[in-house]
Amino acid sequence: MARINSAAELEELRKDIVSKRDAAKPCVAICAGIACLGPGNDRVISAFEEEIRKQSLEARVEIRATGCHGFCEKGPIAIIYPGEICYLQVTPEDVPEIVSQTIVGKKVIDRLVYTDPDTGEKAARQSEIPFYRNQMRLLTGNSTRINPKSIEDYLAIGGYAALAKALFEMKPDQVIEEIKKANLRGRGGGGFPAGSKWQTARNAPGEEKYVIVNAHEGEPGAFMDRALFTGNPHLVLEGLIIGAYAIGSHRGFIYTRHDTPQLRENIAIALAQAEEYGLLGENILGSGFNFNVEVHLDVGIFVSGESSALMRSIEGKAPEPRPKYIRTSVSGIWDRPSNLNNVETWANVPQIISKGSGWYGSIGTDRSKGTKLISLSGNICNTGVVEVPMGTPLREIIYGFGGGIPNGKKLKAVHFGGPMGGSIPESLIDSPLDFDVLAELGTSLGAGDMLVMDEDTCMVEMARYFLDFLSGESCGKCVPCREGIRQMLKILTNITKGKGKEGDIQLLEEIAGVAGEAALCSLGRSIAKPLYSVLKYFRDEFEAHIKEKRCPALSCQELAASGGAKEK
Amino acid sequence: MDNDKIDRIINKHRGKAGSLVQVLMEIQEENHWLPREVLEKVGEKLDVPLSRVLRIATMYKTFSLTPKGRHEIHICTGSACHVRGARRVLETVQDLTGIKPGETDSDSRFSLETVNCQGCCALGPVVAIDGKTHGRISPDEIADALKKYD
Ligand SMILES: Cc1cc2nc3c(=O)[nH]c(=O)nc-3n(C[C@H](O)[C@H](O)[C@H](O)COP(=O)(O)O)c2cc1C
Repeated sequence: MARINSAAELEELRKDIVSKRDAAKPCVAICAGIACLGPGNDRVISAFEEEIRKQSLEARVEIRATGCHGFCEKGPIAIIYPGEICYLQVTPEDVPEIVSQTIVGKKVIDRLVYTDPDTGEKAARQSEIPFYRNQMRLLTGNSTRINPKSIEDYLAIGGYAALAKALFEMKPDQVIEEIKKANLRGRGGGGFPAGSKWQTARNAPGEEKYVIVNAHEGEPGAFMDRALFTGNPHLVLEGLIIGAYAIGSHRGFIYTRHDTPQLRENIAIALAQAEEYGLLGENILGSGFNFNVEVHLDVGIFVSGESSALMRSIEGKAPEPRPKYIRTSVSGIWDRPSNLNNVETWANVPQIISKGSGWYGSIGTDRSKGTKLISLSGNICNTGVVEVPMGTPLREIIYGFGGGIPNGKKLKAVHFGGPMGGSIPESLIDSPLDFDVLAELGTSLGAGDMLVMDEDTCMVEMARYFLDFLSGESCGKCVPCREGIRQMLKILTNITKGKGKEGDIQLLEEIAGVAGEAALCSLGRSIAKPLYSVLKYFRDEFEAHIKEKRCPALSCQELAASGGAKEK
Repeated sequence: MDNDKIDRIINKHRGKAGSLVQVLMEIQEENHWLPREVLEKVGEKLDVPLSRVLRIATMYKTFSLTPKGRHEIHICTGSACHVRGARRVLETVQDLTGIKPGETDSDSRFSLETVNCQGCCALGPVVAIDGKTHGRISPDEIADALKKYD
């Protein structure tokens, strides 16, 4: 592997890689993501390796262990290129047949392809399956087409061309201008404009500045950052290097989960390969720009995904947030300007630089641009990751991609944003996916985790659940959050046990109000959001619990004595 | 845990940013818990007061200050698993093992923890025993599964 010393050499290398490849060579892309691991994708991958060896096809067939394909419900998934034949719920026993019938014989095995549960219609190619057909997979589309452990695969599809463009054809200010014009908003929860944050960090006084990838992904039900970062690590890295150049930073950090070995491995390999090619380190691509990246691991507490807590953690201290009178983009790690963005935010950067802000601005709604990764979970037929343009109606996500609600149940509510988000009722699912619309409805797009709940879900219990979750995750530094959660949890637990009292709702609102005003960080200030949304849309359920000691969803067990619960 | 191993881990990270967290994490991964003497040693070698080592070791959930049982049960109580009935699964495991999350039974057979979200919501409710994932599991099935571990 030789260093690449100019934009021209990068292009030459790309052509060289592509010319040595045979597009007609069969390749099996098997999801090595975490959701497919449970049902045995590791055994499927070994079975393919073994069978291909047995049939002496090693030279003629490529096996590619990829990142998440998104359709987690039907894993393990194997796609056979060049035909793009997509097999679902593959077992090791299916593998010999796939190799001889499909890879060698070019025949489709009917039993393993997608069958529409309503019409019985089959779809053999990935792009024909309804789950994929209407997505706009700008960020995730390549995840099945590249080996995340191979930088050559990424280079072959035009990888790092956006970096070359930024370094050689644009001034740092022009890069920031482009991101601003694209109106790229942060994907980590806040929806804060990335361009202005970059500008603040660039303008902040000080020589030493840092850029950071937030790959903590702590919200329950959020798994798209892992899917994207594991499946295409160079995409995120390229975005980060472009950002570093724009901001004037020479040191970057990736903060990620310690409990996801595939992700850790793919990041480490990507960094090493990028360095060998001279895409990281000194004099990147011969441009004179220097930049290095190190990986830091979180050790499992939700609050360490918050910007100032995350930076404390990188310093090796306890992850406690601080008030934001001064932004972290001005004073972050070791009190130096530190620009933090989410995985998906960084991943959007290369395409904005290559294709321009005009193109990017044409996707999405007025104030929410581009596509968004959504992780669908809960009472939904197709759990998985989908990528759709901003503005897509929630109904389409739930029924079009998600396949609706299982077991013939009715949809009751959807919840966004985990413990700092809110629930909206079924009657509002024609709303578009949009930062501001969802905020107005009393929820928040959050990281893009969408929890679907059916009619058997008790909303009072959900409000209790999220506080219970937070009670283990608050750092305990400020009183309104630490004590507020405890007291609210106590009251809510009593209500779900049939011990609710007149005046409980008012008391909850009062405590929530104080935390909302006085807590140090957004965690504390948002603890009441799930509760507020439930009070707004499902107040009658609260009153039934308190006044009639009845759980309308028949879910709270302690209310069983009065005929209020059933087995789930 | 032997001293050489600890030294190796400390030397690998010494002098780097945030080394304390990284060192503790690697020891936890190898040894499954953090004995007091090890914490003292880490503090000495990294030149960090024991009070700060303890502060970190008690704050992050991954760190355990007590020994673990032979089998570690992790039950996901993330939101997706929750709406799919994780609570019943947890209650079943608690009844059968006689321990609560964070505890180890007196025979050191099982340790029980709840975890937030493993990112495999399609499999909910999810339980991992010694790292092996049991997906879409019912209270009856988990009861059966536990019998296989001694
Ligand atoms: C308690 C708490 C947890 C958070 N966890 C995450 C997380 O896991 N991942 C993430 O990207 N942002 C998380 N955030 C948001 C970050 O503070 C920050 O706003 C974000 O990483 C900035 O990136 P963005 O502008 O690209 O979204 C969290 C915030 C809070 C208050």
